[in-house]
Amino acid sequence: MALMRLTSPHAHGPMSTQRVMQNVLLATVPGILVLTHFFGFGTLVNILWGSLLALACEAFALKLRRRPIGFYLKDCSALVTAFLLCIALPPYSPWWLIAIGIASSILLAKQLYGGLGYNPFNPAMAGYVILLISFPMQMTSWAPPRGLGEMPGLLEALQACFLPALYDGATMATPLDILRQNNSLLMEDLWQQNPQFGLWAGLGWEWANIAFLAGGAWLLYQRVFTWHAPVAMLAALSLMAAIFYDGGSSASGGSPLFHLLSGATMFGAFFIVTDPVTSAVSLRGRLIYGALIGVLIYVIRVRGNYPDAVAFAVLIMNFAAPFIDYYTQPRTYGHSGKPGEK
Amino acid sequence: MRKVFGFHGGIHPPENKHQSVRTGIADAGLPPELIIPLSQHIGTPAGVVVAVGQHVLKGQVIAEAQGFVSVPKHAPTSGTIHAIEERLIAHSSGHLAPCIVIVPDGKDEWIECNGTPNYETLDKPAIIELIRHAGIAGMGGAGFPSSVKLSVKAGTTIQTLIINGTECEPYITADDAMMRERADQIIEGAKILRYIIAPQETLIGVEDNKPEGIAALRAAAEGSGIEIVEFPTKYPSGGEKQLIEILTGKQVPSGGLPSQVGVVCQNIGSTVAIYEAVVHGRPLISRVTTVTGDAVREPQNFQVLIGTPMRYLLAKAGYLPEKNSRLIMGGPMMGFTVPDIDVPIIKTTNCILAPTEKELPRPPPAQACIRCGMCEQACPASLLPQQLFWFAQGKEFEKLEQHNLFDCIECGACSYACPSNIPLVQYYRASKAEILQMRRDHEKAEASRVRFEARQQRIEQAGADKEAKRAARKKVAEQRALASGAGAGEDPIQAAIERAQAKKAAQAGAGNDESELEKLEKTVVSAQKRLTTASAKLEEAKAQNSEFVEALQTGVDKTREKLAAGEQALAAYQASNNHASAPQAPVADAAQAAIARAMAARQAEAALSPAEKARADLTKLQQRLQKTHATLIQSRDNAQEEKVIVALESTVARLTDKIRSAEQQLQQAENA
Repeated sequence: MALMRLTSPHAHGPMSTQRVMQNVLLATVPGILVLTHFFGFGTLVNILWGSLLALACEAFALKLRRRPIGFYLKDCSALVTAFLLCIALPPYSPWWLIAIGIASSILLAKQLYGGLGYNPFNPAMAGYVILLISFPMQMTSWAPPRGLGEMPGLLEALQACFLPALYDGATMATPLDILRQNNSLLMEDLWQQNPQFGLWAGLGWEWANIAFLAGGAWLLYQRVFTWHAPVAMLAALSLMAAIFYDGGSSASGGSPLFHLLSGATMFGAFFIVTDPVTSAVSLRGRLIYGALIGVLIYVIRVRGNYPDAVAFAVLIMNFAAPFIDYYTQPRTYGHSGKPGEK
Repeated sequence: MRKVFGFHGGIHPPENKHQSVRTGIADAGLPPELIIPLSQHIGTPAGVVVAVGQHVLKGQVIAEAQGFVSVPKHAPTSGTIHAIEERLIAHSSGHLAPCIVIVPDGKDEWIECNGTPNYETLDKPAIIELIRHAGIAGMGGAGFPSSVKLSVKAGTTIQTLIINGTECEPYITADDAMMRERADQIIEGAKILRYIIAPQETLIGVEDNKPEGIAALRAAAEGSGIEIVEFPTKYPSGGEKQLIEILTGKQVPSGGLPSQVGVVCQNIGSTVAIYEAVVHGRPLISRVTTVTGDAVREPQNFQVLIGTPMRYLLAKAGYLPEKNSRLIMGGPMMGFTVPDIDVPIIKTTNCILAPTEKELPRPPPAQACIRCGMCEQACPASLLPQQLFWFAQGKEFEKLEQHNLFDCIECGACSYACPSNIPLVQYYRASKAEILQMRRDHEKAEASRVRFEARQQRIEQAGADKEAKRAARKKVAEQRALASGAGAGEDPIQAAIERAQAKKAAQAGAGNDESELEKLEKTVVSAQKRLTTASAKLEEAKAQNSEFVEALQTGVDKTREKLAAGEQALAAYQASNNHASAPQAPVADAAQAAIARAMAARQAEAALSPAEKARADLTKLQQRLQKTHATLIQSRDNAQEEKVIVALESTVARLTDKIRSAEQQLQQAENA
């Protein structure tokens, strides 16, 4: 009898990359449901169309690269990119916008660099930024939340996507836009004069953020990632907001709570910043990486010209990740002090 | 309750320990043959001291230790040495190794054993020597000779003696079974170790998943001052470095030994073996081994003789070969697959794991690394496994070393945790091997460089010495010249050149009647001589009917013509008695005459028989040699220029060679 020769270890843990990705997909569900509740079926249609395109793009690229298509599609990483990009896109986006975004994400930002694990930039955020710079009009028109206008049905959502010329939906400035453009009103007055604001932040937005926070907490519980990067990012953002929140004058940048529950804060913290491929690796490195993203988000939100800042902040820090890794090598067992020294 | 420290990383794989501790330790009995590899430990293999056919008793030494890091081997039972040959052994490389094969006689007859129950009467080195003679090597992992571990460098104080009862690898229960059944022996062994090491505290560290073992040890240790420390189960707590950190909070310096932080560790199995060796005088000839996995019907622990073939032991546990495709020696995390079912149990075989495919499925193809960091969270050495993986792929050896690759203990926690099924440990092993190879190559290159430089220096030194000698000789020569009064400080070569130039100038005295006339006369005379010899040769050739007759004839004719021309020229010169008219022709004739001479000589030579020719050559060479030799001796005496002497020496050598070959040719010619 010929015995099999293998090297140790012979046992393997239960975690698989496929399962990690599936868990991430699952964790986005509460957020998607809340978005759908407040803004209609637009996000769902985005995701459906985006996922199809993402799988097609991935398969196409794998075919060109002569890689086993089934084996790599099974890791679900293309689906995760599609979900993340389509959640970030405004609901009721036209089909071509989504197509360009997905193609940029999968083909340019991911496969061109060698596929999963080799991309220096977060594919979803790279695609998002390409769209934002190329089509600012489409990218900044958000639908009004439930209660502030007519809610399009599923059919209209499909029409908005696939027959955009025939669709004429209402759009509205987001709370972050309103805050940035404000230069005369006290926070309190701003709140009263704009129906887009809710209890703590934007109407609808605050609940979407809470839902993404819940999904992220579940992922943490599942040990898909560690707490370091997201907590550091949220803490840094809160700290920045607290420092520059002068009690609510017209020059105020908004309260910490407003920032935590606005825009893509929670989504970014738990689904974008935690992307392992493009972030720093050591735990200390992840703290620094997350914190700097938090700082950048605040600065770009309050001082910049774009509707939200997560994508830019993340991409900038993607650049810095290898640098952070270089300086945060942990102390190895039996070594004292600096890396490389005994 | 003692404070227990933690260590970074670690994993919690399924323990699978309950299967093999349902029954006690069973005796495996006598197999039909015992195969004892000469090397079962780290260090030099033992040297055979028995012969094939010899009868040996149980416990008799069959191979002696060679060197400090080596231990002897003993016959596990009485019987006959059947063979001393290369056999497959349980080694990850799957190579053959020298083994002593014993066929038991069934009597299991002990050699006389002298135990020392009151070991405190012995001094410490004597006990360590006993342990060494008993062939005890670490029975948990790598098999490091225990005596070496216990020989702590003088001046090192050991605060803590740790008996390692962690047994953190899944499936293995050999130590657990011993703790349950032989707690007394463990404690006694620990006391012996304590006597040798004299630490401030003696601890037995056990993971909290062995409550029965802990209870038994605590009962046995009552009043002995030995502390049983329980700590949470986590792989790889049993790694020596990890256990030291758990129990003392100290880290062994990278590349260092535990004694540097005041700790000595011993394994449970080794502790019992030490007890047996010291108190009963019995060498290490058997051990407790766990046989487990879903491919055996009755997983359990066996007291098994060293050298027992795995096939025999597996059969005892109800082995199901059809369900099993790989046999692992050790546990699922750090064990290695054995090449064959007939390999023997050795001193480090704590477990034989026969898993089914379902139990330990073969690894699926590796996916891309997504840098999730799960490996980093699992690494007990606080390394960055995914970074190491990237560097290993890119063969960036410098970066690998900078990221402390050599602190990796190859526990396998990273590979276990990796969601992409990347065989990380394999990459590290390969890279380590490559780096070590490079280091060896570098050392070799370095050694040759040093050698080359030394040689270069030697040659330079020799040159300088020669130069100094030459200068000294020159000085002596100068002094001599000065003393003889001739041309003080004049260079001999310069003098020779001047002499030659003077001579030439004298010869070139143009329009010298005397010399011109002489020349012409000489030409005529030599032409006459040549004509005579050539004619003689021609006659001879004719007599011999040689094929050169025609050539010789032409030669003779030509010489005759020359002679005539020479005579004419001479006559013309004498007749004219004039300076201007003659010189051209005779000079031209002289050149022609020289050519003719040469040709005639060649023809004459050609006329000789090969043997004669060879003889002539030889004579000529010998003459030249003699002359050169004489010149050489002269030059030496005269402290000539180095170059001249060297040139002369080489000429002598060349001539000697030529003479040798000429002699050979002569011989050949004569034979022919």
